[in-house]
Amino acid sequence: MLANFLIMLQNRWPEIMIGTWQHIQLTLVALLIANLIALPLGILLTRKRKVAETIIGITSVFQTIPSLALLGFMVPIFGIGFMPAIIALTVYGLLPILRNTYTGIVGVNQAVIDAGTGMGMTSRQVLFMIELPLALPIIMAGIRTATVMVIGVATLAALVGAGGLGDLIFRGIAMARQDLILAGAIPVALLSILFDYGLKKIELFVQPKNQ
Amino acid sequence: MIVFKNVNKLYNKEFHAVENMNLHIEKGELFALIGPSGSGKSTTMKMINRLIEPTSGTVLINHKNIAEENPVTLRRNIGYVIQHIGLLPHMTIGENIALVPRLKKWDKEKSSKRVDELLEMVGLPTKTYRNRYPAELSGGQQQRIGVIRALAGDPPIILMDEPFSALDPISREQLQDDLLDLQTKFHKTIVFVTHDIDEAIKLGDRIGIMQAGKLIQVDTPERILRHPINDFVRTFIGADRINQIEKYPAIEEVMIHAITIFPTFGLAEGLTKMRKYKVDSLLIIDKDKTFLGVANAREIQKHFSNEKIVLSDIMKRDVQTVKLSQELGDAINLISEHNVEFLPVLDESNHLKGLITRASLVDVMAEQMRTNNNDADVEEDK
Repeated sequence: MLANFLIMLQNRWPEIMIGTWQHIQLTLVALLIANLIALPLGILLTRKRKVAETIIGITSVFQTIPSLALLGFMVPIFGIGFMPAIIALTVYGLLPILRNTYTGIVGVNQAVIDAGTGMGMTSRQVLFMIELPLALPIIMAGIRTATVMVIGVATLAALVGAGGLGDLIFRGIAMARQDLILAGAIPVALLSILFDYGLKKIELFVQPKNQ
Repeated sequence: MIVFKNVNKLYNKEFHAVENMNLHIEKGELFALIGPSGSGKSTTMKMINRLIEPTSGTVLINHKNIAEENPVTLRRNIGYVIQHIGLLPHMTIGENIALVPRLKKWDKEKSSKRVDELLEMVGLPTKTYRNRYPAELSGGQQQRIGVIRALAGDPPIILMDEPFSALDPISREQLQDDLLDLQTKFHKTIVFVTHDIDEAIKLGDRIGIMQAGKLIQVDTPERILRHPINDFVRTFIGADRINQIEKYPAIEEVMIHAITIFPTFGLAEGLTKMRKYKVDSLLIIDKDKTFLGVANAREIQKHFSNEKIVLSDIMKRDVQTVKLSQELGDAINLISEHNVEFLPVLDESNHLKGLITRASLVDVMAEQMRTNNNDADVEEDK
């Protein structure tokens, strides 16, 4: 078994590398877009709290759509390939980042904000000098959750022809070859762990000291 | 310095948080705003730095309508201390104190010097505290930082919103003392919101009492204690505090009968009268009882050989006296201040009415302590 696996690994190495690379691309692009949307939106919602619950509600509805179905929906609209996969993954990554950005900022001790405003900070200064630094651990936690989720869901991107490690897994299922499934699954797991670890390190680096 | 003109604040068009407020806070005074919760004292204060905007009326600082000023610039020139301290947890003590100087774009050296100076002033050595984080300090120390942070930008006005109410009693005392110290040094105009009447009495140059959005009475602590304007104020400052004042009986009740003599009498006559009544001084009055002075035994003895002079020649004219209309407390103060044995009591047209002596006061004090103790016993019995 192990010997077979190693031989397979050797034979399939180029495919694994390509799959991994595509997987990373899908993940990073989707996360980048998700962050670009969710972070400013989350901050904006803290300024418009009346609509916040509604908007966050809508994003959680997306979350409840099964990932497979979501990808399926994309095909008639965006066709197949990289594009529909990215859109689906972005939608998936939005909620954790949006929700954590919002709750993180809303959860900042009101006394500290009052003190800042009372001392003559502009709204922008309150955001950058108080709210964001203090909400950072929670925002980062949201980004980490989104990352791990997106890496997992990105395996399904193979179904709409976007490639990635899902390719290997689905081929393994079709051919009933467990070693092929593992050749896709293990790198996915490793990627998740690696990204999570990396983000944790970044978080520790940027997080305000001593609270 | 700070003037409220017909200021109203309504919430939801019906709840009158502040009603028709007219108030003049003088430059350099510590003005204590006090009232039960929901009486509008914090709202009033927050209208000074525009954290809350009045529904109608104007607030003036140095004759300028603050509604026309940029709120951010306005706030940078008004120190602000809040109950929940509000130090930024991710900044060091030094960075926290230097916040307003930083917002005002002072140069680094100037603000750094200011931080050191302020830390030393409240007895927190710079070396130890400057680079620590707020979480490493006790509540009392944190609020001490909160207070000096408000001073850092050298604002002429400081607003303090129940700054010491969350502290333990010992820290609270210390911080109150610190504040009084700082105030004697800097003479800032301070608006101090509190619900603790003891704190208001201790700190306030003047006290404004609020109830349901209205300013009911504004006066010095002394005058508020003596002349509470209505039952609400009386209840608010507490029966105990009023009783402490009212328990002093009137001067009239305490004074004793004075031994008097006319100024035209000779020294021998004076001495005889002294022996008869066993006193060492005689109060000298004219025929319609107007007080003239005091003749004491020592002076009489000194000039006794001179048969030609009369009492008016040797009497002491410049004598500390007390008016009948004054409070007994004043009499006590006069006696201890001037270190005299007795005080003649006069009415408004300087007619002698009686005499208060150290001995008669001791009786009063003893009586008062006895009744106070009895009251305390009754309290305990409840």
